[in-house]
Amino acid sequence: MNHRRIPSLAVLISAAALLSACGSSHGTTLTLYSGQHEQTTAALVAAFEQQTGIHVAVRSGDEAELADQIMQEGSNSPADVFFTENTPALEALRGHDLLAPIDPSTLAQVPSRFDSPQGDWVGVSARVSVLVYNTSLIKPAQLPSSILELAEPKWRGKVGFAPSETDFQPLVTAITKLDGAARAEHWLKGLQANGKLYPDNETVVAQVNDGQSAVGIINHYYWFRLRAELGQAGMHSALHYYAAESPGDLIDVSGAALLRSSGHQADAQKLLAFLVSHSGQEIIAHSNSYEYPLRAGVAPASGLRQFADLHPVSLTPAELGNGSATLAMEQRLGLL
Amino acid sequence: MSSSASAATAPLTDTLTRAWSGRTRWPLLSLLLATLAGALVLLPLAFVIVEAQQSGWGEVRHLLFRHTVAVLLWNTLRLAFACTLLCAVLGVASAWCVERTKLPARRVWAVLLVLPLGVPDFVIGFGWVSIDHALHGYLAAVMVMTLSLYPLVYLPVAASLARADVSLEEAARSLGATPWQAFWRVTLRQVRPALLGGCLLVTLALLAEYGAFEIVQYRTFTVEIFTQFKLGFDTVAACALSLVLVALSLAALGAELALNRRGTTRIGPGVPRTARRRSLGRLTAPVLGGLALLAALALGVPVGALVYWMARGSSSTLPPASLLAALGHTAEFSAAAAALSTVLAVPLCALSLRHRNRFTLLFERLAYLPMALPGLVVALGLVAFSVRYAFALYQSSFELIVAYAILFLPLAIVGVRSAMTHAPAQLEEVGRSLGYRPAVVWLRVTLPLIARGVAAAFALVCIYSATELTATLLLHPTGVNTLATQFWAYTTELSYGAAAPYAALMLVISALPAYLLTRRVGVLERREHAR
Repeated sequence: MNHRRIPSLAVLISAAALLSACGSSHGTTLTLYSGQHEQTTAALVAAFEQQTGIHVAVRSGDEAELADQIMQEGSNSPADVFFTENTPALEALRGHDLLAPIDPSTLAQVPSRFDSPQGDWVGVSARVSVLVYNTSLIKPAQLPSSILELAEPKWRGKVGFAPSETDFQPLVTAITKLDGAARAEHWLKGLQANGKLYPDNETVVAQVNDGQSAVGIINHYYWFRLRAELGQAGMHSALHYYAAESPGDLIDVSGAALLRSSGHQADAQKLLAFLVSHSGQEIIAHSNSYEYPLRAGVAPASGLRQFADLHPVSLTPAELGNGSATLAMEQRLGLL
Repeated sequence: MSSSASAATAPLTDTLTRAWSGRTRWPLLSLLLATLAGALVLLPLAFVIVEAQQSGWGEVRHLLFRHTVAVLLWNTLRLAFACTLLCAVLGVASAWCVERTKLPARRVWAVLLVLPLGVPDFVIGFGWVSIDHALHGYLAAVMVMTLSLYPLVYLPVAASLARADVSLEEAARSLGATPWQAFWRVTLRQVRPALLGGCLLVTLALLAEYGAFEIVQYRTFTVEIFTQFKLGFDTVAACALSLVLVALSLAALGAELALNRRGTTRIGPGVPRTARRRSLGRLTAPVLGGLALLAALALGVPVGALVYWMARGSSSTLPPASLLAALGHTAEFSAAAAALSTVLAVPLCALSLRHRNRFTLLFERLAYLPMALPGLVVALGLVAFSVRYAFALYQSSFELIVAYAILFLPLAIVGVRSAMTHAPAQLEEVGRSLGYRPAVVWLRVTLPLIARGVAAAFALVCIYSATELTATLLLHPTGVNTLATQFWAYTTELSYGAAAPYAALMLVISALPAYLLTRRVGVLERREHAR
C-alpha cells in the first residue's frame, strides 16, 4: 500500500474532520430561529441574556425558509423559539402541530386580537400597510383614500408593488374577507394592469424614492428604514395612510412561538415573556426597526403616527390565516 | 489493459473482480470514493421523491398535469435553449480569442472573462434592475443569465484549447482546408467534450436559478418551487415540481452523452505542439470592442451598482460585523468544498472514462442531478437526513461543506473530465507495462496530465461555493457568518452601502482562483512537455 498516492486526500479528510469538530451549540443555550430584522433581534437577545443569564444562539434567515426547515427538523429541531416578521409562517407550523402553548400571562401582555386565538404564538410588534409616494410626481390631493382605487385606470403605470412579499397577501385576503373573492380578484387584475412588479418591498420603496414609480404599496417601516440609510436629504418620497378602516389599512403582526420539540420549555417561555415585557417592547421601539410595540403604554419611535391613531380594518392575523386562497388567486393571474 | 471497447461492455462484476484481484488497485479506491459521491448525490434525490409521494402519486399527478405547469415548462425550455446556445457562442469565441490570438492584454481578459462567476445572481439582477426597472420577462432573463453563465463554457473550452494539439489543425490546413473549415472540423471537434460539458452546466444552472429570475420577474419551475416553499409552506408540492426538474436534467444529460462521442486523444511520438498565436490584424479593434462590451455588461453593471452603493454610504444600524471573519469563513468553507468535490470528481471521471460501463457511466451522470435542483431543496434534503441520522453533524461546518460539494460536484466533474479525455490512456498503460505500480503511474502520469483540469475544477467549485446563499443560511454553524449571509443580512435591512463591501469581497476572492486558472500551471506544464 503506497500511502503517498493520496496525500491531498488525506489532508482534506483530516481538515474536514477537524472542521466538523467545531460548531453547534449545547447545554442550556436557547436556540432562536429568527426571521425578524437582525438588529432588533440582537438588541432583544443581548438585553435578555443580561437580565436572565440564559444564553441565546440566534440563527437568522428568511422566515419562510426557516419554517420549512423546522418542518423538516420535526421533533429533532434544535430551535427553541421561532421569531417571525409575519404570522403565516407561525400559522403554518401550528398547522403541523409543531408549536407548544404559550404562558397565558405572556399572551396577556398584548391585546388578544394580536395573539394566536389558540395561544400558540404571541404578537410582539406590528406594522401598518401604507402607500409611499414620490413627492415630485404626486400631489397629496391626488392620493387615494382606499387601496381599492389603485386598480382604477388613472393609476396605470404608476403603482409599484411586490406580489411575492409576505406583506402583500394579507391585503388581498382582507379585501376577500370584506368584499368577497370576486371583488378581490377584480381588484388584483386592475392592479396588475396598472402596476410595476418588484421582487420585494425594499425595492418598491427605493424605486418610488428614485421616481421610477409614482406610488408603492408597502409597510410603513420600509420608508423609515430607507430614511435611516439615506438621511432626510435623500428622501424624495412620503408616506400616505389610507382612510380609516378601508381595506388597505391593515396591521401586519410580527410574532414569536415556542417549539413543541424544545427541551428548554421553561427558559424558552422566559424569552417569550421578555419579548412582550416592558423592557423588551422599549427595545423594539428604540432599535431603529420602526415597528410598533404592541404592549400598551410603550410609545413607538418618534416620527411614527401614534398606534392609537391608526384605524385598521378589524381583521386579526388569525382571521387572515396563511393566505393560501390568495396565493392560488395570485398564481392564477400569473402574479407569482 | 482492457481496451475501451471491451470495457464498455464489461459488467459490474468484472469491474469489481478486477478491482479485488489486486491487478488494478486504483479502481478500488475509485470505487469507494465514487460510491461515497453517489450516496451524497442520491440524498437530495431521495428527499425529493419521498416528499413528493407523501400525499400519494394521484396528488402528484394532479399537481403536475395542470396548465401552470405547461406554462412553466415552456418558459423554462425556451430560456434554457436560448441561454445555452448564446453561452456556447460567447464562450467559444472568447476562449478562442484569448487562447489562440495575439490579443492585447490577454492575461487581463482571461481574468475578466471568468469573473462574472463570482458575482452573486442577486447582485447581477439588482444591478440591472437599478439601471432599467423595466427590465422584465423573457429577454431580460436570457440576457442576465447569459452574461452570468457564459464563463461556464469559456473556462473548460479555454483550458481545452490551450491543451489541444495544434498539429491536427495544421494537417488540415496543409490538406487545403480554409482556416474556418479547420476550426469547424478539427478545433471544435477537439474541444467538443469541454464545450458540451460547459453547455450542460449552463443548462443545469439555469434550471436551478432563482435569485435573478425573482428580480426580472420570470417564472420558471424553480421560481414556482420557491413560491410553494415560501408562500405556501408546501414541501410536497415543491418536491413534486422538483421531479420535473429532475426529468429535464435527465434529458439534458442524455443529450450531452449522445452528442459527446469519444473525444480525440493524442497518441504518437513527439510532444504536443502548442498553437502559434494568430495575429488579429484588422480584427483587433472589433474583437477588443466586443470583449470590452461583454465585460462591461457582465461585470460593469453589477460592479457599478456596488460602487454606487458604497459611494452613497450607509448609516446601518445593524450590529457591526467583522468583514475579516466573514471572509475567513467563506474562504475556508469554499476551499474545503472545492477540495472535496474535486477529490470526488476525479474517481467518478476516471471510472466513467477508463472503465466505462453502464454502471460507472450512471454514477457519473447521477452526480450532475443535484445541480439542477434549487439550493433550498438540496439543503432541506440534507436537513431531513442529518436531523434523523447524523444529528452530531447538523449545522456544522462539515455539513455545509458537504452541501456545497453536492451542489457543485458537476462543476468539478466537467473540469476533470475534459482534461482526462485529453490524457491518453495509452500513456498510463505504458507506465504500467514498465512495471510501475498503478498508484505510481497515476501520480506520475495521469495527475500531471489532468492537473489543469483539476485546478479548473477546484477554482470553479470554490467560486460558486463562495457566493452560495440559500443552503448557507440553512446549514451554516450557528454564529458563523459568511460573506454571502452577511451581505444578505444587510440588504434585507436596506443597508446597501454596508452590504456592498461584502459583495465586493466575494468578487475579489473569486478573482484569485480566476487568476490562478489563467496561469499556465507552471511546474506541471513543463514536466508534461518534457515527458
